[in-house]
Formats: sequence, C-alpha cells, structure tokens
Amino acid sequence: MMHISATVDGVHRMGEVEPRLLLVHWLRENLGQTGTPVGCDTSNCGACTVLVNGRSVKSCSVLAVQIDGKSITTIQGVAEGETWHPVQSAFKECHGLQCGYCTPGMVMAAIDLLSENPNPTETEIREGLEGNLCRCTGYHNIVKAVAMAAAEMGASS
Amino acid sequence: MTATIETTGAVGRPIRRKEDERLLHGRTNWTDNIQLPGTLHMATLRSPMAHAKIAKIDITAALASEGVVHVYTGADFPELPGTTCVWPVTDDIVMSHMPAICSDEVRYVGDVVAIVLATDQNLAVDALQLIDIDYIPLGAVVDMEEALKEGSPLVHESAGTNRCYTAKMPCGDYAAAKAKADVVVTRRFINQRLIPNPMEPRAVVAAPMGMSDELTIWSSTQIPHVLRILLALTTGIPENHIRVVAPDVGGGFGAKLQINREEILTLVLAKKLGRPIKWTESRSEHFVSTHHGRDQIQDIEIAATKDGTILGMKVDLLADMGAYLQIITPGTPLLGMFMYSGIYKMEALDFTCTGVYTTKTPTDAYRGAGRPESTYAVERIVDELAAELGMEPMELRKKNWIKHEEFPYTQIAGLTYDTGNYEAATERAMEMFGYDALRVEQAARRAAGDPVQLGIGISTFTEMCGLAPSRTLGALKYVAGGWEHCTVRALPTGKIELITGTSPHGQGHETAWSQIASDIIGVPVEDIEVVHGDTGRAPYGMDTYGSRSLAVGGQAIKLAGERLVEKAKIIAAHQLEVSPDDVEFNAGTYSVKGDPEKSTTIQAVAFAAFTAHNLPEGVEPTLSGEATVDPLDFSYPHGTHLAAMEVDTETGKVTLRKYVAVDDCGIQVNPLIVEGQVHGGLAQGIAQAMFEGAVYDSDGNLLTASMADYLLPSSADLPSFDTDRTVTPSTTHPMGTKGIGEAGAIASTPAIINGIVDALRHLGVNDIAMPASPMTVWRTIQAAQSGGNA
Repeated sequence: MMHISATVDGVHRMGEVEPRLLLVHWLRENLGQTGTPVGCDTSNCGACTVLVNGRSVKSCSVLAVQIDGKSITTIQGVAEGETWHPVQSAFKECHGLQCGYCTPGMVMAAIDLLSENPNPTETEIREGLEGNLCRCTGYHNIVKAVAMAAAEMGASS
Repeated sequence: MTATIETTGAVGRPIRRKEDERLLHGRTNWTDNIQLPGTLHMATLRSPMAHAKIAKIDITAALASEGVVHVYTGADFPELPGTTCVWPVTDDIVMSHMPAICSDEVRYVGDVVAIVLATDQNLAVDALQLIDIDYIPLGAVVDMEEALKEGSPLVHESAGTNRCYTAKMPCGDYAAAKAKADVVVTRRFINQRLIPNPMEPRAVVAAPMGMSDELTIWSSTQIPHVLRILLALTTGIPENHIRVVAPDVGGGFGAKLQINREEILTLVLAKKLGRPIKWTESRSEHFVSTHHGRDQIQDIEIAATKDGTILGMKVDLLADMGAYLQIITPGTPLLGMFMYSGIYKMEALDFTCTGVYTTKTPTDAYRGAGRPESTYAVERIVDELAAELGMEPMELRKKNWIKHEEFPYTQIAGLTYDTGNYEAATERAMEMFGYDALRVEQAARRAAGDPVQLGIGISTFTEMCGLAPSRTLGALKYVAGGWEHCTVRALPTGKIELITGTSPHGQGHETAWSQIASDIIGVPVEDIEVVHGDTGRAPYGMDTYGSRSLAVGGQAIKLAGERLVEKAKIIAAHQLEVSPDDVEFNAGTYSVKGDPEKSTTIQAVAFAAFTAHNLPEGVEPTLSGEATVDPLDFSYPHGTHLAAMEVDTETGKVTLRKYVAVDDCGIQVNPLIVEGQVHGGLAQGIAQAMFEGAVYDSDGNLLTASMADYLLPSSADLPSFDTDRTVTPSTTHPMGTKGIGEAGAIASTPAIINGIVDALRHLGVNDIAMPASPMTVWRTIQAAQSGGNA
C-alpha cells in the first residue's frame, strides 16, 4: 500500500492505496465521490474525465498514486456554492444531456477545452470533445452548449 | 391537415429539464454508486469458446484466493434459468434454455461458466483467473445460411435443427401482383449486427431489506415492473417479496429491456446468503454479454408497372437469434412485419421470416426493434425501383404514398394509419434541404467528372410504436399487455405526486409528465414530483420501450389528472356551498359560475380532503386520481429525412454534408425534448449506416469487442442536424401525440445509404454494405467498375 494525499474539489484528502488502484476508483470507492462515473475499460469513452491541476484527464487512465500532491476537480466541485459553472448552465439551457451518464466527463472536457481555446469554432469544439462519447444527444446540443458557454464566459471576463 | 397549435399552458413549451440539476452536479444515483454494508461483489467467468463441452472445472485455487467467499458453477444451480422469453411467436417455435450458469455446454463467447463472490470487486475479478476449465470444442456456427444447412453444428443438439421458427404473413395476392408487373427489382440487404452501448454499463445490487421477507433489487433496467414479474417466475421467489428499483439509468436503447443472468443470480444469492450482492458490467463484458441488435439478411423484391405504380413486395428474412432466446428475441424482427410497405399503397405484401440460432450473443430489441429493418428495406428498394424505371426517386414516392386526404388508411398489412401528411413533411424538408439546387450541383459534378461525387439520400418513413392494444399483443402471442398506469396524488400541503408506470432512462419524463399534469390540474410544473422506476412506490406499470411512454403513458396521466380534478370539484362545490354543476375549473381554481370571487384552489381542496372535517356525503377522504389505459391503437409518427452525401471515389471516404429531418409526431409536449430525441436517434441510425458493425470470425470470436474496435461515433464524426416538425395530431391519442423516441434511428439509416448509392449510381453501384467504411465503399466502386458488385 502507498500513502497519497491530494486536494479533491477543494478538500484535502489522504489515503493508503494499492499501487494498481485507478484514480477513478479512488474517487468513487474510497472517497465516495460517485459523481464521476466509469463508462468503459479502454479509455475511449471519457465519462470519467476530471481535471488534475486544471487539465483534463481520463481518471481511468491515471493511477491514484500518480496524483499525490496534486489538485483534482470533479463534476462535484465545479459549481461555486449555488452558482453553476457557465458550462453546466449552458448544458441545461441547450438540452446538452439526456441520460446524463457522459455528462460529468463531457462538462469537464468542455471546461478544459474552453480554458485552452476560449472562442472555438464548431469544428474545434467537435474535435476538442472527440475523446468523450455520448450515446443520447447525437452531440448536436452538446456542441451548442459549449459554444454558448464560450460566449457567456467571454462576455463575463 | 398540418396545423399550427397555439399553447397557453405548459404543454408545447421547451421547458428546461428538471432532471438536469442532479445530473450536471454529479448528484446522481446510478446503480453502481450504491454501496451497502457487507456487500459481496460478483464477478462472472465467461466462455472464451463459441461452442464447447465443459469437461472439467476446478475452482480450488479461486476459493483460496484473497477475499473470495464463494465460487459457484452450474452444478450449484442446475435448474436456475438465466433469462426467459415472453414471445413464442409461432406454435412450433424451437425454444431454448439459457442456464444461469452453464454446467455442461457453452454456446457463445461470453456464456457464463462460473461466478466468484468476494469482499472487493478487484479481488473477485482476480480470482476468475484461477478457475481452471477444460473445454472440448464443438463446432461454431456464425453464418445464418450455413446454420440452416444439413450437417451444420447444432446450437441446441436436442432441437435437431438451428431453425428457430418461420413466421409467414401473406397479405393480398403477391403472385397476381407480380404477374401484372412490368418491372421486378430484387435486392439482398444486410442489416448488420449492432451492439447497443448505452453509456452506463449494466449494474445490479440485490439485498435483503431487513424487516420483512422483501428483497430489493436495484438494476440499471428499462423495465422494473416487467422484471419483477419475470424474476419471480424464473427464481420462484414470490413476486410480493421482490421490489425492483431502477435508479438513475444511463441510457438503454433496448439493451436494458431484458431479464439477465446477473439479475437472477444476484437476487437468488442475496436471498440465499442474506447479504447484499453487487455486480457491475465492464464495458468489455457489455460487448459480449448484453444482447445485440439487428442482424438480418433481407431478400426483398418489389413489383411495379412501368409508370411507377408499386404493385407489391415480397420480403424474405433470415433473423439471427444468437445462441438463446431472451425476452423478445424471436419477436423483435416481427415488430417490423407490418411495416414493410412503409407509407406506400400496394396490393400485396408477402412476408416470411425465419429465425436462426447461431453461436453468437443473443439478439433482442435495439432502438427501433424491427422497424429500422423494415424501413431500411422499403426505402432502399424504392430507390432501386426508381433507378430501374429511370424515375426521380422522390417523384416515385409521391406517386405511391398515401395522400393526406386518404387518412385514416388501412394499409396492406392491415394496420390503420390514423393520420399523416407526407406531402407537408416532404415539402418542408425539401425546402430546408435546398433539394433542387443540390440536384443541379450533383449533375454538374457528375458532368465534370469530379472525384468527389454528391448523392442525395431520401427516407420518407412511418413507423408503428406505442405498443400497443393488449388485445393485439395477445393475438401476436406476446404474453403481456400494452396498458399503462398513472396515479396523481394531491398531497395535504398542495404538492403533487405523479406516479407513473413508465421508466425513463434519459428521456426527460420528470419534466414532460409534469407539463402534462400542470395543464390538467392547474399547479405549477415545479410543484409536481414525478415518481417512477420503483415497484415499491409505483406499483403498476409496463415500463419504457418502443416509444410508448408518451403515446400510452401520456394517456394515463391525462385521465388520472382529470379524475383528480373531477373529485376535487365535488369537494370544492361543497365548500363553496353550490352544486358541482355550478362550479367551473380553470388553472387550479374552482369558482362559482357567474361569481368568480367565490372560489377555492385545488391546493385548498387537497387539504380539506386530508382533514376530512367537512366532506360531502359519500366522498372518501384524500385526493387522488388513478387511471390504467389500454391504447386504442399503435402510434404512427412519420417524416421525411434527406441526406447530402459526398463520396470520394478515389479513396472511398464518405462525408455527411447536410442532414435534414422533418418529423411529425403530432402534438409535442416539450419540443426541446422532442428535438433531443430526434438528434440522438439520427446519430444511432447514421452510425449503423456509416460506422458500427459487430464482426465475428468463423470460430465465433467477436472481433469488435471493445470501444477501441467498435466504432461509436464521436462529435468529430457527425455534423449538426437541421430539424423541424410538422404537426398532424393523432386521432387515436386523446392529446394528439405520437411516439418520437425511435423515429430518428428508424429513418436515417436508409437515407444515408440511399445517398451514397445515389452518388455512385453512374459508376454501376447499386448497393453498399453497412457500415459504409472507406474500404467498403472503395471496394464496391472497384468491383462495379470491373463489372460486378462487391
């Protein structure tokens, strides 16, 4: 077992973990942070995407021991109190989710995309979210939501 | 006629969904999130062989492995079934028995041979590798035509055949129709095998819940009510000891319309061991263990006169059942049986379908279930007929479709389409598409010999959904009914509980059902809580599949709401000291006719009904309305879809340049949700045409067994869609609504393939196998150029 400590959604967390434990399983099973779901076992679907030190990673492709000393943001930590993140608001406004299973990863990937490219074209949004699969929406409203969030965030910054 | 519907209430408004807040903040209740104290985690060992005898199983090492509490094999549950089929479609159907755990023979890669229960999921999976099994290979049979040949390995030896059933439905006199024909076109279409892949894999937790004999089973299912009955029938545990809960369910698309081994085993083990048992499917397991969809060989013939009048169609199907019959495996292809004539008038339709066992994962419902196959066949063959006749394909359709003034129309298979306006939907779609301009561009590119050719794909479709009048289902040998239930309760504090038997898994019922009830009982949408997916809280229901939830469930909501309002009116009149006839109800307020100042609210009546201090004689306390509705008929949404396909003739690369979908689902309760359903359906239908396909090798190994090998489209693979609706209200549904959940998936597949073939017709191409990958398209072009088809 190895000792790790990390900040998860603003809270300092520690634990003894098996070296093989994946970050997503540490979040879900050890910390009870079940907002981040698991959708596949080949790192294709992106449902488990979180931010590590502000950059998006698929938490099924990172070992828990690799995030020792780092800061993790999950879907459960993006709103500030009662204030939704603009990406969350835009997903609701544009009906960018149906079953909601891909949504945590999609929102986190979109946040990272917009931090890199605050004013993406439709093609850039589509290519930027290529690593996150959705089976319900056909992506149409997800793309709209990310464009709306970009406009909102641009207007408010 | 198409009409513009004005709305003053909640119905018809694109209200943002109630569901979204929890889903957008990770405050969800997926089955895999449930962690109960003392849980044992189940892992399943699956056969790596498609067909083999089990010679020996040694579990000694696994039992000694860290954390392992139990290891079970088929010998431990000799009689326990692993599923059940509720639709024996013919009298002489060859049924099959899928054991919960195989004890002597495996019949597909993924068949369960042992299970491990351990204190931790990883430890359970670790122990699987320590189970030692000797298999004696039997022959795999992957191809349906091979399976039907004399001497083929038998999937079920005792049956003596791999033929599961043959269903025939001759309508009219096809031979006579064909005799009159100037043109007969035949094609073989392959509706390939698909793997549903909802984003949430299946998961189940079963646990004894203390104070009674009740066992609660949480399952990522579309069908908690049906599942409860089938779990009772398969396990022998009394139905009244089983509570099924479908918590937040992350998509289904038919894949979770099933009773599965893992549900049966966790329930039986929770009872036997007296502790919670949990199983969560890995994605790789999903590919082999959750039922697949489609998989038909379609031999289609169409007969017409030279002026383009369609006379009849002959349909001869082989439908792959896979290794066992699951819940509606044999019935799935027959859900399209009545729809092979599509929107067209004809005098004969000769339908035959043979179900075939193979050593592959069982098939069953996948979005559209039978109707995508029928729609594909008819929309493809109509294009082929147009090419044969030298007619413009839309003109051929117009000549043969049912005209709007001809509804209600009883079509050749005996269904009566209540309403439709194919002209209006087509006109709107062609206008949005820029149809004529694209035809001009197509001709110009063809004349110029452009390596990138343009094709226009058409799909003018209808489908039957909203299953269905119970009497009809009985006549089709389906063992359950098609009704739906709703109870609307006005609570003492004025809040409303709407208890529905539908079981959403992404469709937004919590919002849409609130909109319906809001208009009927006059309380704000926010004050209505929709209760669903729990047989403990919503005891009656037939669940969600086949685009039935609004088409059938919506009727129950309306009637239950109206009954509540009627009861409240009697109480209100009593409180207002007038006759009920002198009371009028509007937007939640009961007032005296001619004296509107004298009024009370439905919330006040709810409280009065609770205290029961002053109720009229004979009126029982509490305020609710309850209804169980059997639909009058199926629901027949329709629409016109158009696809502009660019095909690079040098590389085979296909690009979907523009997609227009004009759907008619009658009155829309929430246009935002309708549009989302269309988008998602389009993506799945387009994916069948362009990207997805399950591939087996000749030994029965699934080669496309992960998301790395099976191409689910990403955002980069699809364009934005141009969608609109025409509104032709249904006359068999009291709200004028029709189903919309599957329309996109049903309509879009032939639109794409018709577009690709249209781009390449001048090169001698008259079909493209799905999925139309660059390699497939390029090879087809090469074969056509050298004189044959690929």
